Amino acid sequence: MRLSSSFGLRAALAAAAMLLAMPASLAQQPIKVGIVTLLSGPAAGPFGVPARNAAELTAEMLNAGTVPAPYTQKGFGGTPIELVIIDEAGGPQKQVAEYRNLVPRVDIVIGYISSGDCLAIAPVAEELRKLTILFDCGTPRIFEDASYKYVFRTGPTGTMDNVSVALYLVDRLPNVKSFAGINQNYAWGQDSWGDFENAMKTLKPGIEMKTSQMPKLFAGQFGAEITTLLGSGAEVIHSSMWGGDLEGLVLQGAPRGLFEKHKVILSAGEPAINRLGARIPDGTILGARGPFGPFAPDTELARWLKTSYQDRYQVPPNYASFKMAQAILGVKAAYEKAKGSGNDAPDQDKIIAALENLTFEGPGGTVKMALGKGHQAIMDAAVGTTKVEGGQLKIVDVVRYPADKVNPPDGIKSEAWIKSGLKK
Amino acid sequence: MGCRRFISMTSILPVAFDGIAYASWLFLISAGLTLIYGVMRILNVAHGSLYALGAYAACSLAGAWLTAGLPAAGSFAMLLLAAILVGCVVGPLLERGLLQWMYGKDEVVLVLITYAVFLIMEDVIKLVWGVDSLLLPEPYALPGNFSLGGLAYPVYNLLLIAMALVTGLALAWVLYRTRQGKLLLAVIHDREMSMAMGINVSRVYLATFAVGATLAALGGAFTAPTLAVTPGIGVEVIVLAFAVVVIGGLGSLGGAALGALMVGLVRSATVRYWPEAELFSIYAVMAIVLIVRPKGLFAAQEARKI
Repeated sequence: MRLSSSFGLRAALAAAAMLLAMPASLAQQPIKVGIVTLLSGPAAGPFGVPARNAAELTAEMLNAGTVPAPYTQKGFGGTPIELVIIDEAGGPQKQVAEYRNLVPRVDIVIGYISSGDCLAIAPVAEELRKLTILFDCGTPRIFEDASYKYVFRTGPTGTMDNVSVALYLVDRLPNVKSFAGINQNYAWGQDSWGDFENAMKTLKPGIEMKTSQMPKLFAGQFGAEITTLLGSGAEVIHSSMWGGDLEGLVLQGAPRGLFEKHKVILSAGEPAINRLGARIPDGTILGARGPFGPFAPDTELARWLKTSYQDRYQVPPNYASFKMAQAILGVKAAYEKAKGSGNDAPDQDKIIAALENLTFEGPGGTVKMALGKGHQAIMDAAVGTTKVEGGQLKIVDVVRYPADKVNPPDGIKSEAWIKSGLKK
Repeated sequence: MGCRRFISMTSILPVAFDGIAYASWLFLISAGLTLIYGVMRILNVAHGSLYALGAYAACSLAGAWLTAGLPAAGSFAMLLLAAILVGCVVGPLLERGLLQWMYGKDEVVLVLITYAVFLIMEDVIKLVWGVDSLLLPEPYALPGNFSLGGLAYPVYNLLLIAMALVTGLALAWVLYRTRQGKLLLAVIHDREMSMAMGINVSRVYLATFAVGATLAALGGAFTAPTLAVTPGIGVEVIVLAFAVVVIGGLGSLGGAALGALMVGLVRSATVRYWPEAELFSIYAVMAIVLIVRPKGLFAAQEARKI
């Protein structure tokens, strides 16, 4: 009896307190940001979870006002942000349904690692008229095959990765005569290989392609593929593999001399550094899908992300973490530009107008929304070579390529641009 | 055109070796699947998660062994121990805790039930081990390389081949040469008649499931050193194992062996000579076999029931 009456009293007090607090909380209504990233499945470890961690860290530190300049204002334009995080697993069909459920609950959506998900979400975002930022997926087709008002991508496309590693390789091996590849058999692997193959043929006319291995995604075991590569006589081996497949390729290939007999390029190899460390053999050419992680320029923003992420999660942030932080900061920049000096929250159209063709600073350096009618980012590219020193993996011989040298001009498709000679 | 240059005696040897190595791996996983189907008429989708559990348990046990600075050769014993632990703890738990209440239900219902178990176990694995990949490369690199046709191969592959041979022969010996095996064959042939003759079918089921689960975990544990153990590795495996078992004929041990060998050799030849078709090759084998023999190569004749 006593218990229930005291419970009733407390409930009434709580209700009264909530009612009293109402106007204040209405004024402090946070901006809701939907975050979609892979939290289960094979891509959660290398990309999804590092991206979610970066989102949580960035949101918290933005709300506290502890992110360095030019992002010192709290939240977005003084209004705190609140994340609604959902899992990207399950494939494009499921993601479209999840997206439709998410849209009414949030003001902005930031997400999508898989190119398949991005291609499926973009038209739905347009239909539902919700500002949607693609943060990681690589396929250039999104803004090359269609144009969108509500969709942006704040990370560079995959084209840049493969053009920059090809330029890097040809600089180091000017007499290269043959190459081969091992890529996962789905959109990402095929597109990456296509871009690399075309870039090599453009840069070195007459070069011989020995073999293109296309194992099934997540096959994990590449015994026969490695045998074929070892026996192919190719000087260079290109791979855009990621996650467990990439780790499997290194673990199975290194003991068999794959990395000694050939110059191996891992165009998306950076996230594997934290997992494999010094197991990645010396002299491997490594990309990070842009100037991220160990390739980030030495700026205050990069130092902020690296230190605060390392402190909190005990591992360095990888490129997925960088790209997530970059997406959130890009929206913040556009929001604050749209808000200007006024007090009112800008409407969605104003934020969109501000984000189009915007140039902003991210932890990986300057981001220009230069392609896809101002909706697709370009950035400088960076490529390096691994070196093991005292049991530690280091990235040496890092070369930066200006954004406009490794990306097509606006309005020209990546494939045509590579084939026509990579002209500015 | 460009392919022809590749085909020579020096290239056939590596293709055959890769094929046999892959087949050994496939057989280790398929043997348990086909055994459980043969005896219990359960197409066990959860076989994939038992494989994954074996791999994860191997990483934990052998990882702990190596971190403790104990002799590296002992890590092989840890792989074996992991498989036995998973098989003899999780196997009976599943059979006694869940499947024993489901016997006699339609085969499709049992597929759905084991699929549900599969999904639950995937999440359990994620809860226990997280989403980051686990690496256990020491046992793989430890035995070193040997040379074949001028190319380096890991000795570890020979170990896998030997293990598949020993497992296959041991299973065949138990089935056809021992009293327990003959009782099992009687249950496979006619469950009701066996019960009438006084065979404890429930115990046979428990033992079969435990052995099948151990084989799956064994496959997982000894695969763990060769790759990155990531969430979802069980999915890849179960699809392949189904293909092998269907080619060989559901419930046939010899069929699983032949099916694994066919898939292994065809896959490694495709990778070498026509890499674009790798994905398709395994299922092409399956389709062709099923056109010629709709129940697989060695499907047991069903006793007609009145």
